[in-house]
Amino acid sequence: MEFKHRHLLGIEPLSRDDLHIILNLADSFKEISRRRIKKVPTLRGRTVVNLFMEPSTRTRVSFEIAQKRLSADSTNISVAASSVVKGETLLDTATNLEAMNPDIIVIRHKAAGSPHFLAREVNASIVNAGDGFHEHPTQALLDCLTIKDHKSDFEGLKVAIVGDIAHSRVAHSNIMALSKLGSEVRVAGPATMLQPGLDELGAKVFTDVEAAIEGVDVVMALRIQQERLGGDSLFANTREYARKYGLNRERIELIHPEGLVMHPGPINRGVEITPDVADGKRSVILEQVANGVAIRMAVLYLMAGGSPDDIANQK
Amino acid sequence: MQADRLKTRPLSAQRIRKPAPFIIGGKAQMLTETKKLMDEAAISRSLRRIASEILERHNGTEGLALVGIRTRGIHLAHRLNKLIEEKEEKKIPVGVMDITLYRDDVFQGLPDPEVGPTRLDFSIRNYKIVLVDDVLYTGRTIRAALDELMDFGRPLKVELAVLIDRGCRELPIQADYVGKTVETEPNQSVKVQLREHDESEEVVLRQKSEK
Repeated sequence: MEFKHRHLLGIEPLSRDDLHIILNLADSFKEISRRRIKKVPTLRGRTVVNLFMEPSTRTRVSFEIAQKRLSADSTNISVAASSVVKGETLLDTATNLEAMNPDIIVIRHKAAGSPHFLAREVNASIVNAGDGFHEHPTQALLDCLTIKDHKSDFEGLKVAIVGDIAHSRVAHSNIMALSKLGSEVRVAGPATMLQPGLDELGAKVFTDVEAAIEGVDVVMALRIQQERLGGDSLFANTREYARKYGLNRERIELIHPEGLVMHPGPINRGVEITPDVADGKRSVILEQVANGVAIRMAVLYLMAGGSPDDIANQK
Repeated sequence: MQADRLKTRPLSAQRIRKPAPFIIGGKAQMLTETKKLMDEAAISRSLRRIASEILERHNGTEGLALVGIRTRGIHLAHRLNKLIEEKEEKKIPVGVMDITLYRDDVFQGLPDPEVGPTRLDFSIRNYKIVLVDDVLYTGRTIRAALDELMDFGRPLKVELAVLIDRGCRELPIQADYVGKTVETEPNQSVKVQLREHDESEEVVLRQKSEK
């Protein structure tokens, strides 16, 4: 098998084999994080720029740790510290970065498609760390890795994603990744949070949470992203949302007895998930975080695989 | 899962016996023959001898551990372990290493999308480690293996056991236990086939195909 992508712009361009390559690699990379010396020399001398134009702690730190464990040199640019606040465009920021010859740029941006734009404009490999409402591929991959740790096969698994699907790039990437791997993906939430076309992505749409999570092998709760709604009110209030759509002890009894509870974080305890469920025995939320480092190591390793010339010169 | 992955690229015996391009004066020609260096019995005799040599040199199994280098080194390490266990009736730790991430040519071309896990479930600090691989060639794999091993701690001693030493070293590295030594040229390849991983059990020398 070969991995032929220079960029990770989303789950959409990846094949089932590509997904398996990344998941298998990440499986091997997990062990590095358990060593006494948590570092391999693989990306020595490679420069990685983390361009985070939106607030992020978990994803940024996860990428940074992955880079350090592979011995890459990394630099962080966050929105507050960058020239964006001084009025620079994304293209200018990118071409200026390019002049310093980074090998990989990891970008998070509020505009969907900004990683694709960068990929056309600069020579570095681009890794999408979340673009608008569009995709968040490494999150979907780490979710898949967590599922793979607990279930023998993706084929035939039922996975329900509950919450604000329309504004969730995590949901979009997960729907594509899990359907490519052969699982059945169900989405549920208030009708105002389910955009048309979800069935075309491969998801079964439910407005009744109980019906959606009945017997599923995995249920993922999504956070209500108030900061992205721009004042739109898509539901009455958080208490009503918690009552109608939140994952609580009673609802969680409906899933498969060996079902998993997942959440991409950050959690709003008591809204989309109750604390007893988030911390309960079925919850694999912290495993997701741990797996994030392994997935990002695998992605960076594959992205560092030489320039397009090297690839052309391959036997 | 692991077993499946190991089986993804078996090079069948039939493919090896097919005429391979042979080089005379630079450009590709066909070589109709490959030379069998070892058969099943020879491999088994060599491994038995290596197991005895290891035990003899170490006066038994005290503080001894085997570490196989992916892929065929792992199978050889397990076989040696079994032979040692039969002789001494004592179990010794066996570890597994994938050295891809430590290679000096890891990104010359596409990265290898199949990196297997490294498993050293014992603290190597107080052990005399015998690294096990199928072919010793340039020595670069062993350099990488030594670097990776040192990241796990400070072993008392590291030795090297290989089934075939084909010469052409590019680094000052030698094996302590060798199944068979053969003189080869860089334009030849030595392929070890083991039952656990391949369809046949043999060691074959053949001319490398040039583009």
